[in-house]
Formats: sequence, structure tokens, C-alpha cells
Amino acid sequence: MSAAKAAAVTAKSAVPKLELKGVYKSFGANKVLRGVDISVQKGKSLVVIGGSGTGKSVMIKCVLGILYPDAGSITVDGQDTTHAKGAHRDELMRKFGMLFQGGALFDSLPVWENVAFGLIQGRKMDRKQAREIAIEKLNAVGLPARVGNLYPAELSGGMQKRVGLARAIASNPEIIFFDEPTTGLDPIMADVINDLIIETSKGLGATTLSITHDMASARKIADDIAMIYKGQIIWHGNAKDIDHSGNLYVEQFIKGSATGPIKMEL
Amino acid sequence: MSIADEQKQEVIHHWSPLDGLQKLGHTFLNFFSGAGRLFLFAMQSIYHCFSPPFFGRLLIRQLLDIGYYSLPVVGMTTLFTGMVLALQSYTGFSRFSAEGAVATVVVLSVTRELAPVLAGLMVAGRIGASIAAEIGTMRVTEQIDALTTLSTNPFKYLVAPRILAGTLMLPALVLIGDVIGVFGGYLVGVYKLGFGPENYLHKTWEYLTATDVTSGLWKAAAFGFIVTLMGCYNGYHSQRGAQGVGAATTNAVVSASILILVVNYFLTQFFFAGK
Ligand SMILES: Nc1ncnc2c1ncn2[C@@H]1O[C@H](COP(=O)(O)OP(=O)(O)O)[C@@H](O)[C@H]1O
Ligand SMILES: [Mg+2]
Repeated sequence: MSAAKAAAVTAKSAVPKLELKGVYKSFGANKVLRGVDISVQKGKSLVVIGGSGTGKSVMIKCVLGILYPDAGSITVDGQDTTHAKGAHRDELMRKFGMLFQGGALFDSLPVWENVAFGLIQGRKMDRKQAREIAIEKLNAVGLPARVGNLYPAELSGGMQKRVGLARAIASNPEIIFFDEPTTGLDPIMADVINDLIIETSKGLGATTLSITHDMASARKIADDIAMIYKGQIIWHGNAKDIDHSGNLYVEQFIKGSATGPIKMEL
Repeated sequence: MSIADEQKQEVIHHWSPLDGLQKLGHTFLNFFSGAGRLFLFAMQSIYHCFSPPFFGRLLIRQLLDIGYYSLPVVGMTTLFTGMVLALQSYTGFSRFSAEGAVATVVVLSVTRELAPVLAGLMVAGRIGASIAAEIGTMRVTEQIDALTTLSTNPFKYLVAPRILAGTLMLPALVLIGDVIGVFGGYLVGVYKLGFGPENYLHKTWEYLTATDVTSGLWKAAAFGFIVTLMGCYNGYHSQRGAQGVGAATTNAVVSASILILVVNYFLTQFFFAGK
């Protein structure tokens, strides 16, 4: 508890890089987000943990403008961006990088063009120069240049994640979002990806918001951890304090126990 | 909890005549909200066809895919349609000794109705389905979301090139189909029914007007728009999972085919009523 308060005090001292206040989002009768409050300071890494289907992906999509929240506000660098559209949204998107849960690589394009996509289409860079940067980013995530000519369908799951990561960092974003970066990978590959996430985001000095249900990954990449349950943030604190949060929900989640206050809704 | 409650309520709730009315109302509302969504989608698509940035590379690929690669299908369809038309109208007209009208019937039916409608239906099966499946897969694998995060408008990148290509290429296909269809009629007329080649060609030209051909080409443009629009719309709004993509594909083909037939009637009325 005291840690959470301490975090709150430091949060007041500077304008957060990214802040969500009272964000609501429903799909028909399905109330997914019910007042999400959360903020990340510049250069920090926040990991939001929570069970499957609790609205973690929806939360990130609201920030990205893929979905629009029903209520609440989202600010980036102190500027309200909740309903940003058109040129304002484009400008905002240039600050963002996103690694999707399933990779979401364009399967009609070779790997290098996937990585360079934001540079060529979003920033109108010429293809030759964009290709050089793409190869450089592929190297940064441990892939040799020749992989650039393959198609996404020819890659293993781990390699696809790496390409997704390379694409997310290709335009040197200020804020990077990671949606379950280690899901579906073996523990060793998962750890390799964790290391790459830390390396690349620290290298760029980027702020990161990750969501995961993989505690090993959360412990490794987080400065701060928050837990989402039933559409609200029920705990938020320093990553070091996660093991003595005093919160029964958090304790049950990190133990992965079937008994506790969290009931599986079938 | 809440689901159990609802079920309990349903058990207690007795059937009343109002229920049927309510269901009817729902169906009605769903229909109109669906039509409204489709209309907005169409408007947005058209806007993005004409506002920069344009994706020339993608447009060329779609022109090839929709135009060039549909040629064999459309060619075969119109060839055999022209042939069967000659055969069928000959047997029909010979009953009142009007065999001389075969060439005219073939050319008018092919250019006005059969080439545009059949080409439209064939392309709906070939292109509408593949567009819906491709865009639907991109939707469910979050590739469309990824486009947005990479500062690329999915309407410009995915929808506009397809709709432009469909609207431009179908008239070209139909023009070629007209020629092939007439040629099919000519083959049967000359080699099977015993018309003189010059006589058959003369009859073909005799009553043909420019409107017969251009009306068919306008229809083709409308059908090309319908097929690609329905493919894009259904793919774009595909539900999750493989099943969602399958349903989107089916819907794209069925709705495009029905729309083609309905729109064809009204276009025919528009071009030829009172003439
Ligand atoms: N575009 C959408 N339309 C309707 N429902 C959605 C949509 N996206 C997500 N949902 C629903 O929102 C809930 C949370 O989904 P999600 O954020 O993907 O969960 P997770 O925490 O596993 O990432 C789920 O019940 C899901 O069915
Ligand atoms: Mg998710």
C-alpha cells in the first residue's frame, strides 16, 4: 500500500507520458472497461497483468485510436488525445509503436517491407533507405539480413515475434505497446524476447506499456505493475512489491491458484 | 449469475402476440442499420478513391488481378452463352419462320443483358469471395489494426484500390465478353445452322445501336463497384475466427449476386423504358 502511495506522489511531480482517466468501453451489453485509471512516466515500463478476456487488448486499442472509449480521457504528454482524428491522430501515431498479440505481420509482403512499412507508407521515405533501416532493425532483434527477403508465413513463431518487434521499433517511437509479447513461446524464447524488449526500448529511451498474463515476463520487464480485473485497475505499484501487495486478487493471480476471490466466468 | 437470471425470466415470461411484432421490429431495425452502415462504408470508400495519397502499385496489382485474370472465366461464360443463345432462339423462332432474327437477338441479348450480368456474377464468385477472404483474414489477425498503427488508412490501402480496379475493369471485361459472345453466336449460326457468314454479320450490325453497348458497359461498371464493395465491406466487418471469415466470404458473394440482379433491373428500366 505504501508503495502504491509513493508511486502516486512521484506521479504528481511530473506530467505523465501517457495517462488514462476513467476510461469506459462496452460492446453492446458487454462492459469491458469500467473506469480504467493508469499512468506511465516518461522512460518507464509499465506492465498491466490480468486474466484472459479482461480487456487488456481493448485498453491498448483505445489508446491507439483503433477503438474509441465511451467515456474518460487519454492524454499523451499532457495533451488530450481521446478522440484525436485525421492529422492529429497521424502525428500521434508517429510517436507510437505496437507489437500485436499475434504479430499481425502483413503476409503479402516480405519481412523487410513489413519492418519498413511505417517508414515507406507513413513517412514517405524512399524504399532503398527504408530497406537499409529495416535490415538494421532486424539485426537489432537478432535476425540476419537474409531473413528480410522471406515471407512471414515462412518464419517460426519466435522469429515472427522478433519481426513484429523490429516493426514496432522501426520508426524510433516514443511509446511502445506490447500486447502479450511472450504468449505462445517456449520459456527460453520468451526470455530472449523479454531481453530484446528491454534492450530495444532502453536503447530508444522509450516509454513502454505492456500487457501480459505471463508473470515471469512481467517481473522481468516492468518498472511498475498494475493489475486489471473486471475492467478496472485494482492494484498499481512498484514491480518489487508485487510479492507483498497485500491484495488477495494479485496474490491469487501470481500464484496461479484456482481458489481465491477471482472466479473464472465460464 | 446474470445469465441464469435471464434464463429464469424467460421461463416465467409467457408468449404474447407482441413478441412476434417485437421480433419483426428488430429484424426491420437490423436491416436498416445494416443498410445504413453499408451506405456509410460506400461513401467513405468513394471519398478515399479520390483523395490522396494514392497507392499506384496496389492499384496496378488489383487491375491485373480483377481484370486480366478474370478474362478466361468471362470469356468462357460469354462464348457459351452466345452459342446457346443462337441455338435456342433458332429453334424458337423457326416455329414462326423468323429465323432471320437470330443474329439480332444474340447481339442485343449479349450486349444489353447477358454479358454484363453473367460477367458480374462470375466476377462476384471469383473476386468478391477472394477480397472478402483476404480482408477478413487481415481483420481477424489484426493486420488492419496494424495498418492504422503504421499511419496507413486501411480504406486507402485496401479498399480504394480494389473498388477502383473493379469499377474500371469490369466494363473492359464486358466489352471483350460482348465480342466473344457474338462470336459464339456466329460460330453456331454459320457452322451449325447454315447462315451465310456475311449475312449473319450484316444482321448483327443492322439493328445494333451505340446505347445497346454503352448501357451494358455502364451496368458493368456498377456491377464491378458492387462486387468489390461487398467483398471489402464483408471482409472489413468480419467476425472473429475462421468461421467469421467463411461467413464474410459467403455473404460477399450472395449479397453481391442479389444486388447485381436487382440493380440490373433498375438500370434496364432506366436505359430502355419507353423506348
Ligand atoms: N471489437 C470487439 N467487438 C466486440 N467485442 C470485443 C471486441 N474486442 C474485444 N471484445 C471483447 O472484449 C473482451 C476483452 O477482450 P480483450 O481486450 O481482447 O481481452 P484480453 O484481456 O485477453 O486482451 C472480450 O470479452 C472480447 O470478446
Ligand atoms: Mg489480448
